[in-house]
Amino acid sequence: MNNDKKGFLGRIDWITIILWLVLCLIGWFNIHAAVFDSEHPGLFNMETNYGKQSIFIFTAIIIGFSILIIDQRFFISATPFIYIVVILLLVAVLIVGRNVGGNQAWIPIGSFRLQPSEFGKLATCLLLAFYLNSQSNKTPSIKGLIIGSCIVLFPVFLVMLQPDTGSALAFFSLIFVFYREGYVNSKLMILGGLAILLFVLALLINQWLLIGIIAAICIGFIVLLGKKRKYLIDLGVIFAIASVYVLSVDFAYENILQPHQRNRIDIILGKMDDPRGQGYNLNQSKIAIGSGKLFGKGYLQGTQTKYNFVPEQSTDFIFCTVGEEWGFVGSVVLISIYVFLLLRIIHIAERQRTTFARVYAYGVASILFFHFFINIGMTIGIVPVIGIPLPFISYGGSSLWSFTILLFILLKFDSTRKGLSPN
Amino acid sequence: MNSFFERKYIIQGVILIIALTLVARLFFLQIIDDSYLLSANNNVLRKVIEYPARGVVLDRNGEILVQNEPVYDLMVIPKEAKNIDTLLLCKLIGIDKENFIKRMKKARDHSPFRASIFEKLIPKETFAVLQEHMDKFNGFYTIDRNIRSYPDSIAAQFLGYIQEVNDKDIERSKGFYRSGDYIGASGVERSYEELLRGTRGVKNQMVDALNRPKGSFMDGKYDTLAIAGDGLISSLDKEVQLLAEKLMRNKLGSVVAIEPATGEILTYVSSPSYNPNLMVGRERGNNYMEMLYDPYKPMFNRPIQASYPPGSVFKVVAALTAQQAGVINQQTTFYCPGGYYVNGARMRCTHVDGSTGLVKSIQNSCNTYYGYVYAKMLDSRGMPSYKAYDLWRDGLTKFGLGSPLGIDLPGEKGGLLYTSDQYTKRFRSNKWRSTYNISNSIGQGEIGITPLQMANIMAIVANRGFYYRPHLIKGIGEEKIIKKEFTEKIWAGVDAKYYEPVIEGMSLAVSSGTAAASRIPGIEMCGKTGTVQNPHGENHAVFFAFAPRENPKIAIAVFIENAGYGGTWAAPIASMLIEKYIRDTVSLPKHIQDRVLNAVILPKVKTKDVKPEVKEKKDSTKNKTNTVKKATVLDKNRNNLVVHHSQVRRNYEQR
Repeated sequence: MNNDKKGFLGRIDWITIILWLVLCLIGWFNIHAAVFDSEHPGLFNMETNYGKQSIFIFTAIIIGFSILIIDQRFFISATPFIYIVVILLLVAVLIVGRNVGGNQAWIPIGSFRLQPSEFGKLATCLLLAFYLNSQSNKTPSIKGLIIGSCIVLFPVFLVMLQPDTGSALAFFSLIFVFYREGYVNSKLMILGGLAILLFVLALLINQWLLIGIIAAICIGFIVLLGKKRKYLIDLGVIFAIASVYVLSVDFAYENILQPHQRNRIDIILGKMDDPRGQGYNLNQSKIAIGSGKLFGKGYLQGTQTKYNFVPEQSTDFIFCTVGEEWGFVGSVVLISIYVFLLLRIIHIAERQRTTFARVYAYGVASILFFHFFINIGMTIGIVPVIGIPLPFISYGGSSLWSFTILLFILLKFDSTRKGLSPN
Repeated sequence: MNSFFERKYIIQGVILIIALTLVARLFFLQIIDDSYLLSANNNVLRKVIEYPARGVVLDRNGEILVQNEPVYDLMVIPKEAKNIDTLLLCKLIGIDKENFIKRMKKARDHSPFRASIFEKLIPKETFAVLQEHMDKFNGFYTIDRNIRSYPDSIAAQFLGYIQEVNDKDIERSKGFYRSGDYIGASGVERSYEELLRGTRGVKNQMVDALNRPKGSFMDGKYDTLAIAGDGLISSLDKEVQLLAEKLMRNKLGSVVAIEPATGEILTYVSSPSYNPNLMVGRERGNNYMEMLYDPYKPMFNRPIQASYPPGSVFKVVAALTAQQAGVINQQTTFYCPGGYYVNGARMRCTHVDGSTGLVKSIQNSCNTYYGYVYAKMLDSRGMPSYKAYDLWRDGLTKFGLGSPLGIDLPGEKGGLLYTSDQYTKRFRSNKWRSTYNISNSIGQGEIGITPLQMANIMAIVANRGFYYRPHLIKGIGEEKIIKKEFTEKIWAGVDAKYYEPVIEGMSLAVSSGTAAASRIPGIEMCGKTGTVQNPHGENHAVFFAFAPRENPKIAIAVFIENAGYGGTWAAPIASMLIEKYIRDTVSLPKHIQDRVLNAVILPKVKTKDVKPEVKEKKDSTKNKTNTVKKATVLDKNRNNLVVHHSQVRRNYEQR
């Protein structure tokens, strides 16, 4: 193919790099607006977070292009080692980490803080790709699914100990990888989707009423499909499982979730209206975004962000600044860039010749997608407030670097896909 | 490629569906729903009210009567108040440590981030010291405000005072006033409130999440400036007012002087007065309560609210109205045997005048003469007496009796003047005659008159037949506008030609009558002493006059309660004020001046009313010693001044 004739630079997927760079710059400008300090207005002022972010971006570029220079075989062979190091870091953070806001998630290194859970995603993606690659000659088996799940769940377990629920949840997005590789079938995915739907409904509607509705739907199916024995048994089983599930959701909600998590869910579901207390963040976030109207208030003109009404506005709630200062148009542009990036990654994934690279690519897509959806979704009140960053946009070195490494390793695999022997 | 290749479409589909969900939600938030923009503005916008300076009130010569003085409120932001020199601060503003802790707690309870008032109305002297040490008080700062200040401490009842609005005021103003605003509560402050208060400005300020100010909204595009209240030029003459208040000290009563040609009030004294500066500042509450319970009622606005039997001044009106009615003329004489004894009516004269004409009747204040006049007015006019009484009464109302004159002060009373129906009701028949209420003839019956009405009668006489509504404000604002109702000439119903004999009588009364000692060399003063019989106690001393006889400059009424003879007390005061006004000097012999000045003519009050204050207050120390002095003086005078207490109380409680 043509790729053979191109040099090293020609084989890199520049579209992805441009999308990545655009997102980084959008992030930088919005951090500038979010934490704007009139005494230090310069974008490069090192006393401010936007000044620091410029350094993070600069180093991210260096890191990214360094990765492109390293031989891809290094990543493959180093994968188990990387996984082990990250696991050790995740253990270490529980011992020597610094507790910020209830989460023991950071290891202080000099003036920067390292967040091992961010790198946990990278290591997990790599090891999962490594393992599934080794299984690529066999048909997907239950055993493969179990081992793959263990690779994912082990770091999840450690992250939950911090406890950092948001980061832990991000790992579950890797379900898409298992789906794409055939370890999970469509029925299970639909079932999973239904389980989430049922979970939300169970919290919203009286559980007995919900069971009644499920029963009605089952009877509807029987009428529709005819009284065949097979369907009757299936529907009976489905109904029984659904009923138990609905009842247990309430139990789990009351007894397993922590109070602040319960409150967050309640606010999203509209069961609780508390704009001064728990709902304050979300309410102010919605005010910020909603007040942006079509074209936004303009750069550095957002009163909600400028005057600190939105908490965490440079990190988890950075999308508020976008929504307030750039309006609906700016928000849609940002979402479009993300969607374009995600589709581009899937496109890259599908053109890989090795299972390793493809699995890894889907892992990257899944994690970015999860962060994108949950982060923006929480600022506009369609998912509970879960503290995870918006990739490439939110302030923070750990986050930016780990996502950059995640993405550039993929680009490295992609640039050398010809050289790797197809399985 | 592997067998699950087609699953990428499903994954891509999920991504697109989620993205569209986000966009749909954003569309709803940002485009459809307008409430968020409103909430965002509510978050950052604070309307800060800018208070205008209240209008200044000047006297007729441009001297300041009331102005604004800067005072300072000490504010604190509890969160920022750290490492402060608590002891020094306590010392400077004069509180103890306990109090300090209490106030800090209150402020913190209000809000740790927002400013609360820590100490109100710090005078500028304290502020000067405080300011030197402000760097030691982190989190504290001062804001300046204005309070009313009275450089000469005069004309308290005329100027009135302002106070914080109460719920009723707020309700009545339909929300114009807010809690904490000030409003004129009495006197000129109240009647000219709308002009004095000015126009408030609004500053649209932006604040951050902790309510810290962050500059103005849209560069002040929607801000409005505060406009200072209109200044007022009053008709008072500060010098005369000062002298009048000095002379009226330790006496109960009123002095009202009017410029006849305009109706402008030159002097307005209600005694006892109070220092208007006591009604502002930090000690206002205590001072106010003290005055409220003062048995001599300094808050009582005597010139317009006290109603007395008019006494001799009434004869002037009677002589004029009777001439106009054609009942008597200049030549009419009646024989005075020392009293009026007709048909069972009995009314004594203080002296036996014999044959008395009109001039002499005024000069000597002959009761008998006016008994006959009244009898003729009511009984010999070819109609039932009660109908004639109404005609007689009409004549009096034209002189401003029986209803408020319409002065520009709140709370003016109209005095007392019975209608014929009231008598008919009382006598249970309309067949009553002059003998039934003969004391009306000399103004001792069912007639009450305010000192203002009395002075106004003098203005009418000085003008020979008309008056302008008495008023205290002669110019409003820059353009010195005068209210239209004060430029209207009002006819008193008696032709000018009937005035001369009366004026002649008044002139003689001063030059060779009871007020002879109060003559002013070179100025022909026409006046009349009066000793208003007080059935319940010592007589009230009255003197009313105008001067000079030709082209009069001033008409005056002096009323001193329970002082006895008008010639002894009231006439010298009027004489001094008239001369002070016309010539800016006083030539009355020094010993008379001193006698009047030093006289203490206060009715005894029950001791429980003047219970000595135990609580020591810095600001009111001076006051208190005064009260004590008053009380001892009272005791000394107990023997020479026998007053029926119930009467004193009754008089005061008429308000």
